[in-house]
Amino acid sequence: MSATAEMIAPGHNSGETPAIVLDKVNKWYGTMHVLRDVTMTIAQKEKVVICGPSGSGKSTTIRCINRLESHQEGRILVDGTELTDDTRSLDTIRREVGMVFQSFNLFPHLTILDNLTLAPIWVRKMPKAEAEELAMGYLKRVKIPEQAKKFPGQLSGGQQQRVAIARALCMKPKIMLFDEPTSALDPEMIKEVLDVMIELAESGMTMVCVTHEMGFARQVADRVVFMDRGEIVESGAPTRMFEDPQTDRLKLFLSQILRGH
Amino acid sequence: MSQSAAASGPVPVPSRDQPPASVYGPWAWLRANLFSSWWSTALSLLLGYLILRGAWGFFSWGILHAVWTVPDGANGPDTAACQAVKGVGACWAVVEEKFRFIIFGRYPYESQWRPALCVAIFIGLYIISSMRRFWRLKLLYIWIAALIVIGVLMWGGILGMEYVPQDSWGGLPITLILSTFGLAFAFPLAVAVALGRRSTKLPAVKMLCVLYVELIRGVPLISLLFMASVMFPLFMPEGVNIDKLLRAQIAFILFAGAYLAEVVRGGLQSLPKGQGEAADALGLPYWQKTGFIILPQALRMVIPPLVNTFIGFFKDTSLVLIIGIMDLLTAGKTALAEPVWQAYSAEVYILLAVIYFCFCYSMSRYSRNLERLLSRNRNR
Repeated sequence: MSATAEMIAPGHNSGETPAIVLDKVNKWYGTMHVLRDVTMTIAQKEKVVICGPSGSGKSTTIRCINRLESHQEGRILVDGTELTDDTRSLDTIRREVGMVFQSFNLFPHLTILDNLTLAPIWVRKMPKAEAEELAMGYLKRVKIPEQAKKFPGQLSGGQQQRVAIARALCMKPKIMLFDEPTSALDPEMIKEVLDVMIELAESGMTMVCVTHEMGFARQVADRVVFMDRGEIVESGAPTRMFEDPQTDRLKLFLSQILRGH
Repeated sequence: MSQSAAASGPVPVPSRDQPPASVYGPWAWLRANLFSSWWSTALSLLLGYLILRGAWGFFSWGILHAVWTVPDGANGPDTAACQAVKGVGACWAVVEEKFRFIIFGRYPYESQWRPALCVAIFIGLYIISSMRRFWRLKLLYIWIAALIVIGVLMWGGILGMEYVPQDSWGGLPITLILSTFGLAFAFPLAVAVALGRRSTKLPAVKMLCVLYVELIRGVPLISLLFMASVMFPLFMPEGVNIDKLLRAQIAFILFAGAYLAEVVRGGLQSLPKGQGEAADALGLPYWQKTGFIILPQALRMVIPPLVNTFIGFFKDTSLVLIIGIMDLLTAGKTALAEPVWQAYSAEVYILLAVIYFCFCYSMSRYSRNLERLLSRNRNR
């Protein structure tokens, strides 16, 4: 079903290399067709929220962008470079794409500071003192500089997720991917993480976010993409999507998640 | 609820330091664990009686009525005193007479300070390697230096020490050499094989690793030792002669490596996938991801089965009896072959058991300390 997808969101320079291009991406898990002809273009500095029911393929889509999952058909281009199995180009692409996971995935045997400095030291070959200064800067930005010497097990969920965001930012990526960053958090901690993400969005980062937080989408997103059963059903500006859904599937989804709001 | 109670709010419950004495303290422990019911009390009393009786029996046999030394008679030691207390008291004189043979085998008597020094170096090596602050690259050099020093000490031939051929080596140094260098080489091999088995990009490597593990696990260690001892020379070119101990060492390394590889693979499998994904997302290349993130966590998780395997293999070294190498156990058995001492095998085996126990229990204690140390930081 062809989506009413605007290829480039209004207000963005269509002459620039788009940050991410997905062109008719198809993926199968065995015989299960999980991504069907997914086509999407994300411009530099654009913020896209992907939403949809579980099993719709939204996490799979963003995991394909940094090759945590591989696609079988179609093309994915990140900052102009095509994603293939070639390891060296893959490492280069992964350096420019940061990812924040639902289950934080901090390294529990390293201190917070070591978690943040590991990649800059070993991948960007930064000297240790410089990396630590960089890390402390980002810890201040996510408002937990005093936790630097602790271990992840000693932090709350909200703090761990903010550390995970800081860790991804330490590599100075051009694009940030968020895979349901607040879904595993207690409600009182969701706000602190969303605040960090809002500040990041306002500073001009290109962001692709899979989330159920519609308030966040309304405030920050340039575009909301609704996926269901592996394909993009509808996409558009947040206000338009929430107030004037065109397709029945989106109407059903909105009624389910906005019930009680 | 009455108005006055609600108005002032509920009185907060004071916090106390510990539970009441009826559930906390030594008497409470005894009551709860040993004497909690009639059945439990009866069992505790019965087992207590059996334990005390066994302990008294051993004390009486092993210490009270034991004979500690026998005089030298005309044709060697005069064991009349031992024979007199047979069945009632232990004859530790066999230990006193044969101790040096059991520990050092047929090593020349005057030069036995050399294997003794080797045993001390081994123990020193264990102690240093166990302390976390020495876990640097320097440790590798220390091990290499120790290997060379031990080789020089055992063989001799230079620095005024007489040359002692390998056939004369025996006892505890052999056990320590085989187990220490065996496990020290088997462990990196095991890690490599475990990683190779999980490789998705190199199917040839994966197949090789699977083949290695399944072949080695399919045969008993004894048959591997036989093959090493008998078949190796057949495959070597004319004149090339690998000495017997080295052959046994290689067989041992290959055997231990296969078992340890499966233990390590279990650890790798039980690590949550998210850890590897987070490392990938940061752009960490394979070896750094494996060395900094995957292996530290995976190995930490399998310390119990690893140490289990180490302890088992330490004692498996006694199988080299089959190919004619005299390790600690074999030296003990050979000591008993002398007709005079043939009847006192219990005492010798108790000595061997004590020696093995010291090493194995130290490994066990160390592993528990290591686990506790490494998990200290992970919990809130």
